[in-house]
Amino acid sequence: MVIDLDKCTGCGACSVACMSENNIGVLHNETDKIRSITWMRVYQIDNGKAFPDTEVAFIPRPCMHCQGGKSGTPGQAFFQEGPMDEAAHPPCVSVCPATATDYDEDTGIVSQIPTRCIGCRYCVAACPYHARYFNWYDVPWPKGSPRALSPFVSPRMRGVVEKCTFCFQRYQAARNKAMVSGGEVGEMDYQTACTEACPSGAITFGQLQNPEHKVHKLISSDYTFRLLERLHTNPKVYYMSKREWVRKMADNYVTRHNKFAQAAAQSGH
Amino acid sequence: MRRWLDDLPKYADDSSWWPKGTKRCRPEVFLIWLGLPLTLLAYFSVGAVLCLALGLNQTNMNDYFAFGVWIVVDLAVIALGAGAFFTSFLNYIVGKTELKPIVNAAVLIGFICYVGAILMLGIDIGQPIRGWFGFWHANVHSMLTEVMFCITTYAIVLTIELLPSVLDNKRISRVPEFGTFSHNLHTIMIVFAAAGTFLSFFHQGSLGGMFGVLYARPFAARGGLGIWPWTFFLFIMSAIAVGPSFTTMVVMITEKISGRKLTKHSVKMLMGKISGWLLVVYMVFKSADTLWWAYIKLPAAGLTLDSMYQAPYGFWLLWVEIGLCGWLPALMLVQEKIRASYGWMFVAMLLACIGITLNRFVFTIQSLALPVLPFEKFYSYLPSWQEWGIASLVLGFGLLVFMLAYRYLPIFPQEPELND
Repeated sequence: MVIDLDKCTGCGACSVACMSENNIGVLHNETDKIRSITWMRVYQIDNGKAFPDTEVAFIPRPCMHCQGGKSGTPGQAFFQEGPMDEAAHPPCVSVCPATATDYDEDTGIVSQIPTRCIGCRYCVAACPYHARYFNWYDVPWPKGSPRALSPFVSPRMRGVVEKCTFCFQRYQAARNKAMVSGGEVGEMDYQTACTEACPSGAITFGQLQNPEHKVHKLISSDYTFRLLERLHTNPKVYYMSKREWVRKMADNYVTRHNKFAQAAAQSGH
Repeated sequence: MRRWLDDLPKYADDSSWWPKGTKRCRPEVFLIWLGLPLTLLAYFSVGAVLCLALGLNQTNMNDYFAFGVWIVVDLAVIALGAGAFFTSFLNYIVGKTELKPIVNAAVLIGFICYVGAILMLGIDIGQPIRGWFGFWHANVHSMLTEVMFCITTYAIVLTIELLPSVLDNKRISRVPEFGTFSHNLHTIMIVFAAAGTFLSFFHQGSLGGMFGVLYARPFAARGGLGIWPWTFFLFIMSAIAVGPSFTTMVVMITEKISGRKLTKHSVKMLMGKISGWLLVVYMVFKSADTLWWAYIKLPAAGLTLDSMYQAPYGFWLLWVEIGLCGWLPALMLVQEKIRASYGWMFVAMLLACIGITLNRFVFTIQSLALPVLPFEKFYSYLPSWQEWGIASLVLGFGLLVFMLAYRYLPIFPQEPELND
């Protein structure tokens, strides 16, 4: 996924579409932002300057679907050096004691199995992006509202962790369709809800390693970066901005050479 | 007060259950004393019912502080309870039989710490009914899986290690079958001591490893050896260093409250000496780890030590942990003069225990408190009264079990001769 921060207006349509697509409930008190659930959260940042030089940017933040492991060289990495260096190693996956989350080597998606989750929250502690959410409350579904839920995504129960899945149910549907037609999953066959909902076209989704896909071209731009590259989480969400202060605010101090070396090792969406 | 208590009618006489050659307070007085742990357990019950019925929204934890006071207390009591495995190891396997008079107490304290921690963890997880998933769907790559397996199995080992003390009760041992069983258990105790050492060694390490592997959390992340981060080894070293101190402290507190001598001072001094030298070794490695983290690891990630210590979690925490409650008690305990003094040895041991509790606190809370994303806000955390209620379980349960054990079980074999 590539998100162009210069196009994002912070409207929140991506968050709303995500909540609707993935059956995310609305709690009694949604102002308690450190307990409410927003798979696609939009951060607001500014350049810290006074009017009239003030500039604002919005950073939509889904799960980064980190690949870990393969990025950078072991010597530089903030990463356990060892045999697992060669395998995908997202910060949150190996920590789960009950195998309730997994990394799919084919799609590059970090999955979450709420019915397997015991609610220990170790993965929440491991994620530096705060992309994982614990269900602190029972969702107070208003009367009749369950009939409006998507039948393709299970609502989660209290006491488990949930997160963005890159609308995996849409991938499953596209894969089934391709299987029946005998073709392959095309770029436009699988698009996430947030990508479709963005009115300014700031979000682009596709296969990072497929030269035919738009995201592949976008990530080779000089203006793309990822959040917390230095920690070598190797995320699959790239951001774009021509504004230098925005790129610096995202902690992007990795050299251009290293960035391309890491992008080359990237797989999946 | 004492006169008033003496005037109370005698409802029951349980002296036939007391350990041989010992004296205990009257049952009425004992019942009054029991009020303290029972009050704490009642407080715990209220918190537990609320958290189980209404969910973990009863706590002040949130998506930023995924772990709270329960994990801090868990880690701390498991470290402090390490006296059980290490004293058993020294007594049964290394052959340091001078420690025999304190082994029972160490095992009892270990049992309390581990069972208390497991009970608390049962409430800490969001889906307690699925607790067994960690065993059934075990992820072998997770440090937490290893912790779950080892603390559960070690709690069973501790129960078996404690069993001979229960069976050696004056009345219970009169039953021939129990007496024989207890005798046979004594003869094979070395097997359980070895099993306990193995299990405890690994989960103490894995508890540290749990934090060291969080490679995207710069405060906790460490390099290491193979799949084990340095925190794995540091947690083992710190646990075996303070475990004997905590056991000795509890014995000293019991002596002061009961007014009876329970073990010879030479035994306590030996425990202090073991604790002191192990603490020195631990502090050497801990200091080296801190320096390496501050000057190599953090700069490599574009961070500075300053950014790791923000109010209210400032540098004072580092100085208190490593200086006041680390090097100071270590250097105190290695001196025989200090160990010879009942009071000074107690102070040194107390400082060591506070230091290790602080270490567990910073790894749990400070690791999570520091925002990693540069545009993220700093949040602070204070536990809710329900959380304190559940955290008080270890104290309430511990006091209850220890009081009952002290009254009825031959935990301190030297007590009769020391109080003749």
